[in-house]
Amino acid sequence: MLVAFSVGRYPVTPRQLTALLWARLAGAPTSLPPAVEAVVFRVRGPRVLSAVAIGATLAAAGSAYQGLFRNPLVSPDILGVSSGAALGATLGIYFSWGVVGIQGLAFALGLAAVATVYAVGAALRRHDPILVLVLAGIVVGTLLGSCISLIKYLADPYNQLPAITFWLLGSLSSITVADLAAILPAALVGLVPLWLLRWRMNVMTLSEEEALALGVDTRRVRLVVVAAATLMTAAAVSVSGVIGWIGLLIPHFARLLVGPDFSRLLPAAMLLGAGYLVAVDTLARAIAPLEIPLGVLTAFIGAPFFIWLLAASRRGWQ
Amino acid sequence: MRLDVDDLAYGYPDKEVGRDVSFSLAGGEVLCLLGPNGGGKTTLFKTILRLLVPRRGRVAIDGESVGDWSRGRLARVFGYVPQAQFGVFPFTVAEIVLMGRTAHVGPFATPSRHDRAVADEMLRALGIGHLAAQPYTEISGGERQLTLIARALAQQPVILVMDEPTASLDFGNQVRVLGEIEQLACRGIAVMLSTHDPDHAFLCAHRVALLHRGRLAGLGPPREVITRESLREVYGVEVTITEVAGADGRTARVCVPAISASAADRSLPPR
Repeated sequence: MLVAFSVGRYPVTPRQLTALLWARLAGAPTSLPPAVEAVVFRVRGPRVLSAVAIGATLAAAGSAYQGLFRNPLVSPDILGVSSGAALGATLGIYFSWGVVGIQGLAFALGLAAVATVYAVGAALRRHDPILVLVLAGIVVGTLLGSCISLIKYLADPYNQLPAITFWLLGSLSSITVADLAAILPAALVGLVPLWLLRWRMNVMTLSEEEALALGVDTRRVRLVVVAAATLMTAAAVSVSGVIGWIGLLIPHFARLLVGPDFSRLLPAAMLLGAGYLVAVDTLARAIAPLEIPLGVLTAFIGAPFFIWLLAASRRGWQ
Repeated sequence: MRLDVDDLAYGYPDKEVGRDVSFSLAGGEVLCLLGPNGGGKTTLFKTILRLLVPRRGRVAIDGESVGDWSRGRLARVFGYVPQAQFGVFPFTVAEIVLMGRTAHVGPFATPSRHDRAVADEMLRALGIGHLAAQPYTEISGGERQLTLIARALAQQPVILVMDEPTASLDFGNQVRVLGEIEQLACRGIAVMLSTHDPDHAFLCAHRVALLHRGRLAGLGPPREVITRESLREVYGVEVTITEVAGADGRTARVCVPAISASAADRSLPPR
């Protein structure tokens, strides 16, 4: 995090940083140029903090979904949150709404997409509930993807299309303190039930019938966990755009370190997710004069890393 | 404690698997469900455990229908040992057994020290204490079966339902599990198990239910239900039933099938 604060177009030395923090805490005046203060508190501060919050949120949601769907290849967007949020943001940009409108619509459509998927899953009672949910998620996600393509096709290619593309690639560059304040409550509201249900989550990774026979009301737990994890993902995606790979990759890595017990997995995944996103975001700012989109970089780092993980670990999840 | 199954018709919403099944079971009793593949044993168990909704009839504990019981309450009465399961995530054997305590743990709580002690005790009782730290995904099929039995016992149920508990075990572990079943019954637990081996029914069951095409083809003490005639009718094989002196001084009944005669009897195509 210290590195993250220092690196960038306007370098800040660690000494300046500590002096600044000390000054802020002690209320003493500083001799540093005001530009340093502005960079640290207004630009980089929110950005680093939001990287921490979003990384932790996506990793937590990913851990929950992987357990719930008994499948280690699941990511937080399995039920169409990202596609719904992406459609919301795309529509917002298309109608030239303000930032708040775009984020609000992204959040709302993200939740609506998952609610649709869940309703379809609940309506088709005869089949394996997990399978129906996943299939409905894929179908709804594809449908929403087509809607996004349609809007991109209709959008003004000089102003709107670049904005849409940029959003879909994910970025933390325009995040403000207000954004952070808006998503934190949603993320915390989602996190609390996941933590409270941590033992039930372990049992949910067994087969449906085993979980039932062990005394878990699987339908209720599933509803609560899907709602919680979706809320978290929608909150994160609505401000940062689509940042892939964290929700898929980080829970694996955490499981490798601390085992599959959810009460250890959840905090470990959140720490790793936060660290990973801060590191990647810092890289995105630092390695090139032009900022590299986050979604691109997480995939560039994530994909080879994932393959290495599969090759190196025999006990990953088999 | 007394379990009553009344006039049960069971199966799936669009397909009936069996009907007219009635029996009761008291604490300390071992009931063995015997019948050919596809005869509906597993489906009947799932219906009794309320994993499937009965199409007709009811399941009652001490006269009270379990139809509107919560999952937690059901799990404190019924322990279930399913057929071999493969885990997805590498939980340790100790963690899997500890999951048996779930029904005794509040929805937002984690297992207490007492829960861990119970789980440890069951691990040791089944002789798999040395596996405690092993990932469940990396042990053998027989060890997995013993783990599932330990998990069901950690539930401390009054009725234990075991779906083919000896199916994937080697000879030594089969005998150990049968011995464990007898001990459980001595402690007052009602045990209901299915098996493919009539000899196992002779060894451990107080009563046998013969399930054929979804209906009870016989219900009673093993020596009355398992006969040459009933096995011929249900399985289509010829057997001789004889008595031998067991190593523990008890006389045991065993079935010896006639391999060539049964092949001719079913008029199989020549190999």
